[in-house]
Amino acid sequence: MRHWTESLMPHLIVAPILLPMMTAALMLLMGERRRGAKALLNVLSSALGLGAAVVLLLWVDAQPGPLAFGVYLPSNWPVPYGIVLVADRLSALMLVLAAGTGLASVLFAMARWHRAGVHFHPLWQIQLMGLNGAFLTGDLFNLFVFFEVMLVASYGLLLHGSGRARVGAGLHYIAINLLASSLFLIGAAMLYGVTGTLNMADMAQRLAQIPAADRGLLQAGAAILGLAFLTKAAMWPLNFWLVPAYTAASAPVAALFAIMTKVGLYAVLRLWTLFFPADPGAAAPFGGDALVWGGLATLGFGALGALASQHLGRLAGFSLIVSAGTLLAAIGLRQPAVTSGALFYLLSSTLAVSALFLLIELIERSREVEDEAIRPDSAAEDAAFNPDEPAPAGVNLDDSEQALVGRAIPAAMAFLGLAFIACTLLVTGLPPLSGFVAKFALLSALLNPAGLGVAAASPGPAGWSLLVLLIASGLASTIALSRTGIRYFWAAQERPAPRLRVIECLPIVGLLAACATLAVLAQPVLRYTAATAAALHQPAHYIDAVLSARPLPSPSSASP
Amino acid sequence: MEIVLALAIGVLGGAGVWLLLRPRTFQVLMGLSLLSYAVNLFIFAMGSLSIRAEPIVVAGLPATLEHYTDPMPQALVLTAIVIGFATTALFLVVLLASRGLSGSDHVDGEDALR
Repeated sequence: MRHWTESLMPHLIVAPILLPMMTAALMLLMGERRRGAKALLNVLSSALGLGAAVVLLLWVDAQPGPLAFGVYLPSNWPVPYGIVLVADRLSALMLVLAAGTGLASVLFAMARWHRAGVHFHPLWQIQLMGLNGAFLTGDLFNLFVFFEVMLVASYGLLLHGSGRARVGAGLHYIAINLLASSLFLIGAAMLYGVTGTLNMADMAQRLAQIPAADRGLLQAGAAILGLAFLTKAAMWPLNFWLVPAYTAASAPVAALFAIMTKVGLYAVLRLWTLFFPADPGAAAPFGGDALVWGGLATLGFGALGALASQHLGRLAGFSLIVSAGTLLAAIGLRQPAVTSGALFYLLSSTLAVSALFLLIELIERSREVEDEAIRPDSAAEDAAFNPDEPAPAGVNLDDSEQALVGRAIPAAMAFLGLAFIACTLLVTGLPPLSGFVAKFALLSALLNPAGLGVAAASPGPAGWSLLVLLIASGLASTIALSRTGIRYFWAAQERPAPRLRVIECLPIVGLLAACATLAVLAQPVLRYTAATAAALHQPAHYIDAVLSARPLPSPSSASP
Repeated sequence: MEIVLALAIGVLGGAGVWLLLRPRTFQVLMGLSLLSYAVNLFIFAMGSLSIRAEPIVVAGLPATLEHYTDPMPQALVLTAIVIGFATTALFLVVLLASRGLSGSDHVDGEDALR
């Protein structure tokens, strides 16, 4: 295994970008027909992408200590000039997460959604390419390009299925993202003007030597760039686009979009730790307070929104905002232990919300079945699950003279209910699934800033606020989700069982199983996230690794 | 020259933001376009303005920024123009679809006043 992986490196680093790009190109060549072949290709490519991401993660994790960087020069130019791809622990983690949610969502789309439009499959692959590229690139302008690739594909996917609600939400979504892209360009241009480079490692190295007179310009540029990322990351008050857009999107697309807010978060985490390293002399790095208090406001807004929402889709959207707020505030505190917990929370919450978005579609559909008149043939089919025999004598009867015992719950309904309970546990952070482990890791890191067993300073006002809001938002989510669950699952008794297809249940089971695995394997995963957080808070290693990369000698110059 | 460019960026950006906040979809589209022009000029300006300087190295002239204009922002502007053009076209399509589906050119699909 080791040998095999080593023989693939370093070219494996570029595979998560090339694979979806080539697949999308191939699909476009296949024309507008042959949907079955394209669907198969899409699933195969997504599965292969997940495999590549996992191999990359294992490779990075096997590297010794702080040197876990794979640097790839796609066009073989020397470092500050050419584009660099960097695979470190954080990138590999995000790649696996994106590939996992992508594969689950595309499997779900196989049931029906991929038939709703012509170019669903190529758009899907281009979206994955943009995501992977954004996670891998080590160049600021290249990051912009991959953001645009991702966004353009997401516009198409959001509109997939058409309809007035989608087009209306899509219009707002596109407008706000075009504006954010303009901010991105302004910020990137200002940073280029100050430092004269676009390579993120080179820029980080030069920022230390910026004269005090240019410091204001630099901070203004970084703040504008940050605004662009925080719009993506759904920080209050820049997140009003999120809930309508995600509610309007078709279920598999919304499930994939659960990772999209995390791209903004990834960019903030990467660039902020790189450009403004923790200075022992200064109290807090530039922008830290804004991140923390903005994140807390987002958290509060998300919790209130979840309480107020009547529609399941909106509830899932607000759960996403809650997770974004938690992550922003936790990252803003700039403590390695808290960042480590936040990364675990990121994994768990993304998978959970993704599963919730898929599940909502099935639940909503089962309600639609209920609203229809019960057809005689469907009643006959369901007889296997709903034995409608007269109650034997001497059985306890309920209000409508029906037996309280021996009435089987339809298997499909039981699946929906159990999956909904699992999602609730994950989103609210109740035991025994990974949501609890994630919140526990966050809370314990907040309470013990200097590590367990060390009687150190208290968390401080921001830390305490996060602690309180984290618990309060968990309570709010519990109330909101259990209220919705009661309304959806405990209401009518006479409803026919919803018909689910295996291909629709499989991705939900897969995502929830991934969360259960996270809970079981919490120790190795937390060790990995701790190593990631430690590497992020010592950007010198990243800078060294990138700047020491050398292009390969060309064949002509190698043989004189 | 600096003041001319700064004024151009300011006027384009201001007009763009104002139009962006208007209620009609076409105004929003024009606002986004003007804003992207302002941004493109801004990127261009970040590469230190110079007159009659070449972006590509000429034989005999030392390769420093005193003798040349910075080619990097020009490459960036080119990319930004292409991406901006494509997204504007896409927005135009969505705008027309919204107009067709809702029968209104209001950004929310319906007029609050009516």
